[in-house]
Amino acid sequence: MNIPYTVEARPDTGLPNGKLGIWLFLASEVMLFGALFSSYILLRVGAAEWPSGELSVPLGTINTIILIGSSVTMVMAWASLKLNNWGRHRLYLGLTFLLALVFLVNKYFEYAEHLHLGEGPNHSTFLAIYFTLTGLHGLHILGGMVVMAYFLGPGAKMWKTEPEQFTNRIEYTGLYWHFVDLVWIFLFPVLYLL
Amino acid sequence: MDYPATHGSHAGHDHAHDLPFWRKYIFSVDHKVIGIQYAITGLLFLLFGFSLMMIMRYQLAYPGQPIPFIGNWFGADKAPGGIMLPEFYNQLGAMHGTIMVFLGVVPLAVGGFGNFVMPLQIGAPDMAFPKLNMMSYWVYFLGGVVMLASFFVPGGAAQSGWTSYPPLSVIAPDGQTAWLFGMIFLITSSLLGSINFIVTIVQLRAKGLSYMRLPFFVWAQFVTSFLLLLAFPPLEAAGVLQLMDRLAGTSFFLPSGLVVSNAVLTSMTGVADPTTRAGGGNPLLWQHLFWFLAHPEVYVLILPAMGIVSEIIANNTRKPLWGYRAMVYSVVFLGFMSFVVWAHHMFMTGMGTAMSAFFQTTTMIISIPSVVILTALLLSLWGASIRFTTPMLFALAFLPMFGIGGLTGLPLGLAPTDIHLHDTYYVIGHFHYVVAPGTIFALFAGVYYWFPKATGRMMNETLGKIHFWGSIICINLVFMPMFIQGLGGMNRRMYDGGMQFVHNADLLYWHVVIGWAAWGLGLFQLPFIVNFFSSIKWGALVDKNPWDATTLEWATPSPPGHGNFVTEPIVYRGPYEYSVPGSARDFTPQFEPERA
Repeated sequence: MNIPYTVEARPDTGLPNGKLGIWLFLASEVMLFGALFSSYILLRVGAAEWPSGELSVPLGTINTIILIGSSVTMVMAWASLKLNNWGRHRLYLGLTFLLALVFLVNKYFEYAEHLHLGEGPNHSTFLAIYFTLTGLHGLHILGGMVVMAYFLGPGAKMWKTEPEQFTNRIEYTGLYWHFVDLVWIFLFPVLYLL
Repeated sequence: MDYPATHGSHAGHDHAHDLPFWRKYIFSVDHKVIGIQYAITGLLFLLFGFSLMMIMRYQLAYPGQPIPFIGNWFGADKAPGGIMLPEFYNQLGAMHGTIMVFLGVVPLAVGGFGNFVMPLQIGAPDMAFPKLNMMSYWVYFLGGVVMLASFFVPGGAAQSGWTSYPPLSVIAPDGQTAWLFGMIFLITSSLLGSINFIVTIVQLRAKGLSYMRLPFFVWAQFVTSFLLLLAFPPLEAAGVLQLMDRLAGTSFFLPSGLVVSNAVLTSMTGVADPTTRAGGGNPLLWQHLFWFLAHPEVYVLILPAMGIVSEIIANNTRKPLWGYRAMVYSVVFLGFMSFVVWAHHMFMTGMGTAMSAFFQTTTMIISIPSVVILTALLLSLWGASIRFTTPMLFALAFLPMFGIGGLTGLPLGLAPTDIHLHDTYYVIGHFHYVVAPGTIFALFAGVYYWFPKATGRMMNETLGKIHFWGSIICINLVFMPMFIQGLGGMNRRMYDGGMQFVHNADLLYWHVVIGWAAWGLGLFQLPFIVNFFSSIKWGALVDKNPWDATTLEWATPSPPGHGNFVTEPIVYRGPYEYSVPGSARDFTPQFEPERA
């Protein structure tokens, strides 16, 4: 049995099923991170004092550049498929994965620095929301990496059997990845700069 | 589109009849199997949640007395000598609410009816994402297992109400942690399901099935899915924050200097440096995040029910629904409004008059679309040729029962009267009227109505009528007295039924009345259970369209095969073309080209 519009777009919506699906998922993610950002606002407004300068702005800036870069390579990975260039696609997808990995390694160093000083999430409300927000974001980066690893590994054979569907899936992965990048672009100023 | 009668090769996909048993019935990707899985699991949880309440009702009627027959089953940590401890009462209360709402009603209404009926009604071969659908069910199942297992955790199950307000919930025993993890599973299941529903409705409608030709049931499920998609994530966030408070020693919800049992609350027991908690948290933050979901959640509870009742009323009045267009606009408007009323659950938290004025206003506004829908359904009865079948009896009863539920909500939604009624039995009466003789009656109606489609056999009418009459009488005897108790000032969630307060003295007797009525209600579910299972084997056989209905699900065989439709369904007209003047029959299905 064949489900219609899995690969080709439905004429009146102009969308294949997966594209609508991923946008809906992203809408729910906006609500998830939105709730956490709202919690941040409520907690900060209600706090007598709020720490500043506890996070490394240079490291945060580097991570921001890395993530924006990974969004660029992600688009290139999809564009390469549209141009039928399998080799370039592999290169760019692999680069995206690597950049994500570097991001997480940096985060590891950041976390370790605080935790070694005994400054865990229970140390202050600021650190609590910092660890929760960046931790959840980090889990989303990890999730994206798992998906990319799948498309670099066992999932890659779909390019031979169903190239259009494979290209669509890389596009949806890209949309998800841009969202994760966008969350960081809010996280960085809110936590590190303000 | 590929249809079983027309397709050629499959690109590696198995025919259903080639699949082993475990892939055909256990880990099936067919929406009909998944729908039945959700429905049966949901019904079982409803029964279990009901039994929890039965135990509580004994304690309320006869506080401090040993529970008869089963009192010794619970162990000394819950009911020593068969006498219920307050902690156990609280566990039963919190889990009754959680199980009924999240494990019973929504899985049955959305997972069960939505999954089974909606793809058929839109002419689709299955859901847009069948594997995701299967995963949604099993994640729900896992969540249910975690919730049930929490009773056996040291300290017992969650016991801070289904609302889990901190600070109490943060310092509560480990069952609360299990509750939080269980909720994360259930929320994930919901999220995946809602994405599936929306994509299916938008993308897989048959040719000719425009939005304004959709059965109202589909509109109801469509709006419900948006509510689930957008309202649940804040609760998921809140759950993560509460888990952090419980497990990582954070203070998201704990104010500074909180004192528990005469000592200032420390960070974490068993940790090398149990300094006092950082504090600086806000218990109200939880309430806002929780109710941001939980208010749309109540519309998740009622909308599928309105959808089911609409289908059954149109079919059994042999008339189109009155005001279909108004109903559609109302249900969409209701969906939007449901996101801006949540703090009417928080009127007593010390909010200023500006905030309470805002939420009162939005709450009054949201009653309008509900009333439009209810009125349209009532007006649909005018001049109708009513067939009093069992599904129709339940659907008809829904109308006044939901009416009572809705009207009793008004003094709660208005802040001045809520001052007296908040957290009393009046609230319990109000919400149970909407959800029990409201939604659950609609779900029963749906079971009787779509059982022949799912099984190819009718349920027994006599047993159905006994089920109906017994239930409607007993359920009113259970919940009506609660308004009297609440108006008299009896607080909710009191393990002794309010006995310790002098002002409750004259109201205590009602607990006994309610207890007996609840037993009656339970007994009258037996004809339903017997009917359900025996009809699978021995019910009268039916063909495609035993109810002479007009919507697309009745074009398929009973039960539908894999892929649902034998030939591609095409829609030629609206969903409720009953009693059209000049037509030979009193109905013309959506899917038949020529009017008879």
